[in-house]
Amino acid sequence: MLQTWLPYILAGIAVGGQYALIAIGYTMVYGILRLINFAHGDVFMWSGLIMVYLITVLPLWVSVILVIIFAIVLGTTIEKVAYRPLRSAPRMSIMISAIGVSYLLQNFALYITGGLTKTYPEIGFLQKTIKIGSATTKMVTVITPVLTIVLVFLLVMLIKHTKIGMAMRAVSRDFETSSLMGIDINRVITVTFVIGCGLAAIGSVLYFSNYTGINPMSGAMPGLKAFVAAVFGGIGSVPGAVVGAFVIGICENLIKGAGWTTFSDAFTFVLLIVILMVKPTGLFGEKNIDKV
Amino acid sequence: MKKILVLALSLVLAMLALAGCGGGGDSGSGGGDTIKIGVFEPASGDNGAGGKQETLGIQYANKMCPTVTIGDKEYNVELAIVDNESDNSKAVTAAQNLVSQNVSIVLGSYGSGVSIAAADVFADAGMPAIGVTCTNPQVTADCEQYFRICFLDPFQGTVLANYAWDSGCKKAYCLSKLGDDYSVGLVNYFVEAFKGLGGEVVEEQFPDKNSDFTSYVANAKNKGCDVFFAPVSTEAAALIIDQAEAQDLGMPILAGDTWDSNVITEAAKGKNVDITVTTFYQEGGNPEFDEGIKAWMEEDSTAMTNNGGNTDLAAVTAMGYDAYFVALEAMKAAGSTDPADILAALPALQVSGLVCGDVSFNETGDANKTEAFVKRCNTETGAWEFVKTQSAE
Repeated sequence: MLQTWLPYILAGIAVGGQYALIAIGYTMVYGILRLINFAHGDVFMWSGLIMVYLITVLPLWVSVILVIIFAIVLGTTIEKVAYRPLRSAPRMSIMISAIGVSYLLQNFALYITGGLTKTYPEIGFLQKTIKIGSATTKMVTVITPVLTIVLVFLLVMLIKHTKIGMAMRAVSRDFETSSLMGIDINRVITVTFVIGCGLAAIGSVLYFSNYTGINPMSGAMPGLKAFVAAVFGGIGSVPGAVVGAFVIGICENLIKGAGWTTFSDAFTFVLLIVILMVKPTGLFGEKNIDKV
Repeated sequence: MKKILVLALSLVLAMLALAGCGGGGDSGSGGGDTIKIGVFEPASGDNGAGGKQETLGIQYANKMCPTVTIGDKEYNVELAIVDNESDNSKAVTAAQNLVSQNVSIVLGSYGSGVSIAAADVFADAGMPAIGVTCTNPQVTADCEQYFRICFLDPFQGTVLANYAWDSGCKKAYCLSKLGDDYSVGLVNYFVEAFKGLGGEVVEEQFPDKNSDFTSYVANAKNKGCDVFFAPVSTEAAALIIDQAEAQDLGMPILAGDTWDSNVITEAAKGKNVDITVTTFYQEGGNPEFDEGIKAWMEEDSTAMTNNGGNTDLAAVTAMGYDAYFVALEAMKAAGSTDPADILAALPALQVSGLVCGDVSFNETGDANKTEAFVKRCNTETGAWEFVKTQSAE
C-alpha cells in the first residue's frame, strides 16, 4: 500500500514546501497591510527567470544569493512605488494596483523572453536522483520540506522573540495605534516584504529545480495555490500558511495518484470555496472581534 | 509640479499614438505590386517555440523566392506575420488582424486549437487558409476555406499505435492536456487504434499551466504500462522528460509531430530516456534545403535565436517552407491575387518538387499523405535518428 502511494506523498510534501515558502509572503503582507499582494507569484517567477540569466556568467552560490537579493529589491520597490502612495486610499484601489503590478511583471517577462519557456539551470546536488523505498525522486524533494521547516522555525522565532517581530505583531493587531506608539510603520512593512520575497526566491530555486521550465505565466499557478494555502491556514498566520500549503500539495498529488488527474486543480479551488463558506478565518485564523 | 508631469506624460502618449498611425499608413501605401501572405502562427505561449520554427521556414522560403509572376505581372511577396499567442481566444483577434490587412492567403497555424478557433473568421472573410502542421481533422472538416498540407491525426494516431504494438507494447499510458484540441484529439485516435489491435490503455489529462508531472509519471509506472504516449506541447514535454529521468520511468516515450523539435532533443540530451516520434520530414531528406537554411541561420542571428539557439532543423520548418510554395503555386494557378480566385483554384492544385513530398488535396481540403517518418532521439548526441517510414496499414 505505502509502496504505491509513497511517490505521490513525497511529491506532495516537496511541492507543499515550495507552496509554503510562497504562501508566507502572502500571509505576512496580508497580516500587516490587509492587502492581498497579487504580484507575489510574479516576483517568484522573476526570481526564477533572473537565475537563468545570472547562472550564465556567475558561479552557482553567487547567483543564488544575488537572486534572493534581486527578489527582495523587486518586492520592496513594488511596495514603495505601487502600494505606499496608496496607503490611505480605499483597500480596493491598492488591490487593483497589485493586480496591475502583476500584469506588468508578466508582460515585461514576456517581452524579455519572447514568450518562450526558458530551461532552469542544473543545480547538481538538488537534481541528483535518489531512491527512497519504492520511489525514485530528485534530491530536492527531500531537501525542500526540511529547509522549509527550518526557515519557518527561524521566522516564528524572529516574530516571537525580537524587537522587529514584536513591532510586526503590534502592527498586525492595530495599524494606527501602533504607529501612535512610536513604531516605524514603513520599516515594519519593508521588513515584511524583505522576508516574504526572500522566501519566495528560495522557493523559486527549489520549485524550478524540480519543474525546470520557466515562462512568464509560471508564477501564476503556484502563486494562486499558495494564496489558497494561506487562506486555508487562516490568512495572517504563518504556521497556518505552512500547514495549508502542505495539505494542498499532498492532497493534489494523492488525487492525481487516485486517477482523477483532470480534477487535481479543481480540488484546490473547491477547497478554497468550502473553507470560505465553513470557516472563513481558516484553520489558524485570528478571531474577528467586532468592536463597537 | 504633478500637473506638469501628468501633462508631459499624456503628451508623450499622444505623440506615440500618432507616430503609430503614421507608421501603419506608410507600409500600407508602399509599392503597388505587392502581394501579402498572412502568417498566422504562435510566437509566444505554449506553442511559441514551434510556431517560431514554422514561421522560420516561411521566412526562408520568402527570402529564397521573394517574387511571384501571376499572369504576366511580377509581384513582390510580403509576409504579414501575426502572433496568435497559442491561445484560442487571442487567435480570433490575430486572424481578424490578417483579414483587415488584406492579405491574399493565410498560412498556419502550428497547433490545431488556434486554427479551429480562427476558421470562422477566415470563412466569413472568404479567405483561403493553408494549415501547415495542424493535424486535427476538425480544422478542415467544417471550413471550406481551410486546406492543409500535412497528414491528419486519425492517420498519425493509427501510425503511432501500430508502431507501439509492433514494438511489443501491450499497455499504453496516454497523457493529454485538458481542453487542448491537438493532444486530446491525437490521444483519442491513438486509443481507438491501439484498442483495435488488442492493447490496453490508461488515459489521463493534465490541466492548463500545470508544471508538476511527478504524479503522472508515477501513475504510468504504478499501472504497469509499457509505453508512455504524450503528444503534448513542447513546453510540457521538456518537463515530462525531466521527470521521466528523475523517477526512472523505464519505458519508451512516444509522441506526435510536435515533439520533433530541438527543444526535445536538448531536454533529453544526456538523460536516460527513450523518445520516439512520428513526423513530416527527416533531416537529410533534401540536402540542398538543409544546407541552405542552415547557412541562413548561421548568418542571421535572429533566425538562429528563433530556432532555439542552434541550427538543428525541425520538420515544421520544412513544412513552413513547403507551405509558402504551395501558396505561390495557388496564386499562379488562380492567375489573380484575389482571395476568392485563389480559393477557387486550391482544390485542383497539385504541387510537386517540395521538400516534404508532393501535395494535392482531397475533397475536405486535406493533403493526400500516406506515410509518416518515425524518428528516435539519440540522447548521447542530442539529435534525431531516422528509424523508418510507417504507414497506417
